[in-house]
Amino acid sequence: MSDIRFTDQHEWVRVDGDIATIGITDYAQEQLGDVVYVELPEIGKTIEAGDEAAVVESVKAASEVYTPVSGEVIDVNSDIEATPAGVNEDAMGDGWFVKLRMSDPAEFEKLMDENAYKEFVEGLH
Amino acid sequence: MSEPAVASDKLKTTPLHALHVELGAKMVPFAGYDMPVQYPDGVLAEHLHTRGAAGLFDVSHMGQAFLTGPDHETTARAVEALTPGDIRDLAPGAIRYTLLLNDKGGIRDDLMVTRTLTDGVLFLVVNAACKDADFAHIAANLPSGVALERLEDRALIALQGPKAAEVFARFASEAATQSFMTARDLSVAGVPCMVSRSGYTGEDGYEISIPAKDAAALTKKLLAEPDVKPIGLGARDSLRLEAGLCLYGHDIDETTTPIEAALGWAIGKRRRAEANFPGAKINLDQISNGAPRKRVGLLPEDKAPAREGTEIFAGSNRIGIVTSGGYGPSVGGPIAMGYVDTASAKAGTAVELMVRGKGRAAHVAAMPFVEKHFYRGN
Repeated sequence: MSDIRFTDQHEWVRVDGDIATIGITDYAQEQLGDVVYVELPEIGKTIEAGDEAAVVESVKAASEVYTPVSGEVIDVNSDIEATPAGVNEDAMGDGWFVKLRMSDPAEFEKLMDENAYKEFVEGLH
Repeated sequence: MSEPAVASDKLKTTPLHALHVELGAKMVPFAGYDMPVQYPDGVLAEHLHTRGAAGLFDVSHMGQAFLTGPDHETTARAVEALTPGDIRDLAPGAIRYTLLLNDKGGIRDDLMVTRTLTDGVLFLVVNAACKDADFAHIAANLPSGVALERLEDRALIALQGPKAAEVFARFASEAATQSFMTARDLSVAGVPCMVSRSGYTGEDGYEISIPAKDAAALTKKLLAEPDVKPIGLGARDSLRLEAGLCLYGHDIDETTTPIEAALGWAIGKRRRAEANFPGAKINLDQISNGAPRKRVGLLPEDKAPAREGTEIFAGSNRIGIVTSGGYGPSVGGPIAMGYVDTASAKAGTAVELMVRGKGRAAHVAAMPFVEKHFYRGN
C-alpha cells in the first residue's frame, strides 16, 4: 500500500516500502503556471530533508523543490525533463520528480496527511 | 515551493480592473497597481495567441500626458531639453521612442512622444513605475508658455498581433492604412480615441487611448472578436523580451547610458551635432571611443533559463550580468539579455551563464529573437 503526505511548501511524498516518490502538488502547479523547464538531481546523490531536490521553472520564474525526506536518489523522471508541461498535466501522478530510498522513514510520518494539507491550502485563500 | 506574493490592499486600479476580475485574471501588484499577470489560458497560451492572432493588453497604468505650448517648435524644444530625441523634426501625427536622461547620461525613463495634429501639442506615454517622477521632472523643467497636463481619466489598451489590423478595422476602418509609429484621433465604435500604430511586442498593432468611462465597454467589444484574447503582464514580458525590447528598471536605468543600452539610434543625428541634451558629453564620448559595456542578447545552449541577476563569464572572468531572462515561448527555449564587456559583445561570442552555481554554455546573439512584423504602409 502506498501512503501520501504533504509539506507546507506544496511538495507531496508517496511512500511504498522504503521508496519515496516526490512531486509538487496540483495547487503548486496551478500557482506556477506553465512549466517550461525542470532540473533534476543526479541519480546516486544523497540529499537531506529540506535540501533542494529539483528546480521547476515557469515562463516567469524559477522555484526550488525541496525534499521533505532524506535519502539517496534512485530515479528521476526524465519524461518531465523532456516535456515539462507534464508537470501541469498530472502533478500528482506522472508529473513526479524524484524517487529516493529513504534513510529515515520517521521523517515521513511527521508530514501533513491529505486532510491536513487540504485544510492548509484552504487557509491560504 | 515558494509562497506567492501577497497583494497589498492599497493598490490603485485601472478602469478595466473589474473586467480583468470578471475574465478570471490572476491579479498581482505591479508599479502600485493591481494588474492581471495572466488569465485562465496562462502565459504560454497568451504569448502564442498574440504572435498567432491578436492579444489585448491593459496598459492603463502607464502615464499619459499632453504637453502644450504655443507652437510645435516651442513644445518640441522643451522635450529636447530633457531627451536626446529629434522631436522638432517629427511630422504631424508621427511617434518617436525617446529617453529622459539624467546629467550623467543615464536613463531616467524611456517614453513615446507623439506629435498630435494640434499644433504645439505633444502626447507623452511613460512607464507606470516612473510616471510620478517623470512628470514632476518634466514639469519642473518647462519653459514658460509650455504646460504639462496629466491624463488621469483615460485608459490605454494595446491590441497586438498579426490579426490586430484586420480586427481593428471593423471598429475604425481608417486605422488599417495607418503606418507604424503614427497616431490619429479616430472614432472607434463611436468612441473618440487616440490611436497609435505602435506597441511593445514586436508585432503589428495599436495602442488606443480611451476616455476612462468608455474603456470597459469598448474593450469588451474588441474581446468579443474571435481572434482577440486578453493578455496579462506575464506574456507582455515574454513578448517584449523576444522582441529584444528593454524593460525599464531591469534592462535600463539611471546607471545605464543609451550607448551602453544599444539605444544609440534614439539619439538623433542633429542632437549629436548640437550636443545639448542631458549627459551629452558621456554619450558622445562613448559614440566616439566606445562604451565599456553593451547590452546584448544571450542564447543559452541548454534548456535552463538564465534569469535576471545571472552572472556572465568568459573563462574565469566575470564579464557581465543578465538583466532580463526567461523562456521564450515562440523561440521554444530560453532567451536572455544583459550587459557584457564590450570586448565580448559581438554576436557569436561564447560565454558561460552561472545558473545555480553551474556555468552553462551560451553565446551572444543578435536581437530580436523573433522576426518583427510592423506595418510600414503600402
